Amino acid sequence: MSIGNLPFVVAVLLVAFGIYTFLFKRNLIKLVIGVSLVETGVNLFLVTLGYRTAGIAPIYTFAPEAERMVLPTPQALTLTSIVIGLATTALLLSFAVFIHRHYGTLDVRKVKELQG
Amino acid sequence: MTALTNHASVLLIAIPLLGAFAVPLLGKLGRGTRNTFVGLIALITAAFAGLLAASVFGRAGAPGLYVLGGGGFGIPLPTGLTVPIRIILEIDGMSAFMALITALVTLTGAFFSFSYWKDRSGGTLFYSLLLLLTAGIFGMELTGDMFNFFVFLEITSIAACGLIGFRVWLRNSQEAGFKVMALYTLSGLFVLLAVGLLYGQYGGLNIAYLASALTGSAIDLVALGLLLTGLALKAGAVPLHMWAPDAYGEAPAPMSAVLVANSQASLYGLFRILFTLFGLTISVAALGWILIVLALLTIFVGVTMALIQSDIKRLIAYGAVSQIGYMLLGVGVGLAVSVAKPDYGFIAMQGGIFHMLNDAACIGLLFFVSGVIIRATGTRDLNRMGGLAHSMKWTSVLFMIGAFALAGVPPFNGFASKFLIYEAAFKLSPFLSVIAILSSILLLAVFVKVFQAAFLGPKPEGLSSEVPMGMMVPMVALALVVVVFGLFPGFFVDKIVTPAANALWYGRDAYIGLVLGGG
Repeated sequence: MSIGNLPFVVAVLLVAFGIYTFLFKRNLIKLVIGVSLVETGVNLFLVTLGYRTAGIAPIYTFAPEAERMVLPTPQALTLTSIVIGLATTALLLSFAVFIHRHYGTLDVRKVKELQG
Repeated sequence: MTALTNHASVLLIAIPLLGAFAVPLLGKLGRGTRNTFVGLIALITAAFAGLLAASVFGRAGAPGLYVLGGGGFGIPLPTGLTVPIRIILEIDGMSAFMALITALVTLTGAFFSFSYWKDRSGGTLFYSLLLLLTAGIFGMELTGDMFNFFVFLEITSIAACGLIGFRVWLRNSQEAGFKVMALYTLSGLFVLLAVGLLYGQYGGLNIAYLASALTGSAIDLVALGLLLTGLALKAGAVPLHMWAPDAYGEAPAPMSAVLVANSQASLYGLFRILFTLFGLTISVAALGWILIVLALLTIFVGVTMALIQSDIKRLIAYGAVSQIGYMLLGVGVGLAVSVAKPDYGFIAMQGGIFHMLNDAACIGLLFFVSGVIIRATGTRDLNRMGGLAHSMKWTSVLFMIGAFALAGVPPFNGFASKFLIYEAAFKLSPFLSVIAILSSILLLAVFVKVFQAAFLGPKPEGLSSEVPMGMMVPMVALALVVVVFGLFPGFFVDKIVTPAANALWYGRDAYIGLVLGGG
């Protein structure tokens, strides 16, 4: 059974939820979750781009004849993107930890000494 | 020598990248060894940037191709394939021009820091992140591949936020670091989404290949919108500028200059995408006017916000934001008329591009001087400092040079480029020039206020003496650039700015032809 365009819809929804969270939530950790949601949506989008219905993993060695393979490039892109995402999320969370140490809160309405 | 020139483009990325990871190891051997190593890496990188620029401008800015693993400038297509799949760097006049700016700022920034950061902790982190940021910026400027552009963009984001927030004991730096990192990540994801959209349609990531295949479909326009938003955010254009004053203000003073170079690299990416990737497949006039509106907003908001600051670094940071607007204005005017290609469009492009270099030099100088002031007075509040000119005569002269150049007063370099922008924007609509000139005058007023607050006034007690040689030399070097480019603008416009503007304005076919053949 083909899954059609469903993964694209999910990817767009994830990005939309992520941006909503990023714009309207007040907690720093929730902001990080929002950024991660956008990232997951983009990653899902990339993987879906390369998906072929009933395809096999794109490894030529010992591959059966005349099989469909999924595209390898988007998978490579997604892997890179996941690694980068790990670094950015870790950095964001460590900033959140230090903000909590200095300000004693994670509420963005109270962490705004830099304005104007 | 030719072998070195051939490989200069990839070495520009590889040397600082390897250096960045070697610094923490060498840091164990003591500060002297570490600083010597960083200085050596910065010098070698700058030398390669010069070598690359000499070879590119030697052939009048014609694009050159470097294929990784291909032994230098060579054949891009593997035999028998029609889609270019190799990893390539493509260097034309514009890339080489940007590489020169980056080399200038990172070299002076590193040498300034040796003296500036001498008695502070965290130096190993500092230099490691600086070299990483340098590698990322060079990567963004030289790559010929959309996905690699995204990867380098993320490298600069992470390194830049590291530089903003590595002093975890300062509470404001953590706030700035979080804000900037979150927005940089979003901007990077927008770019990645756009790259995915383009890949999904055309099955390639190579900029030249994508440019040749683009049709201007609705999905292309969505991708363009995402790229425009993402890169305008990373460049700090109003209304997406809210991170910029925090970033420039909270980073250590010499690194603020490098962060400006980073923003300019995003601006370069934007120009590359508009002119080379999309070219005339989209309605350039409308897009040009979008850039012009963004530019006017950026100039106006940047200057008016600078006016009300009392923190010296935030003030200069808003000045830096406003200058991004002048670059956007020049190139936006060029883009708006790039179908008919009248002469004044090219002049606008020259002005916008020339201003990138001029801004890097004079805003760099101002940030360095702000670092000196903060060190001498121990405060960033303009109302609590004064009288520095009594003991720091040379520094006050350098500050004047930087401030006049930024405000576009002749005979300094800011005037040379801003004059080209005023002249060309006036031909499109006098209103644009009026806003640009008025903002420049306001900016001058702002910096006169800073000069009065920091340097004039009664002699304070216990004032430190003139800055040490280690900080003075990089500042004088930047001031020399400011003055020399201001006195002989014609020479530099001919030699390096015109090839760079040509590369964007006329160079699309040559850029594509170099990779796909037949150009």
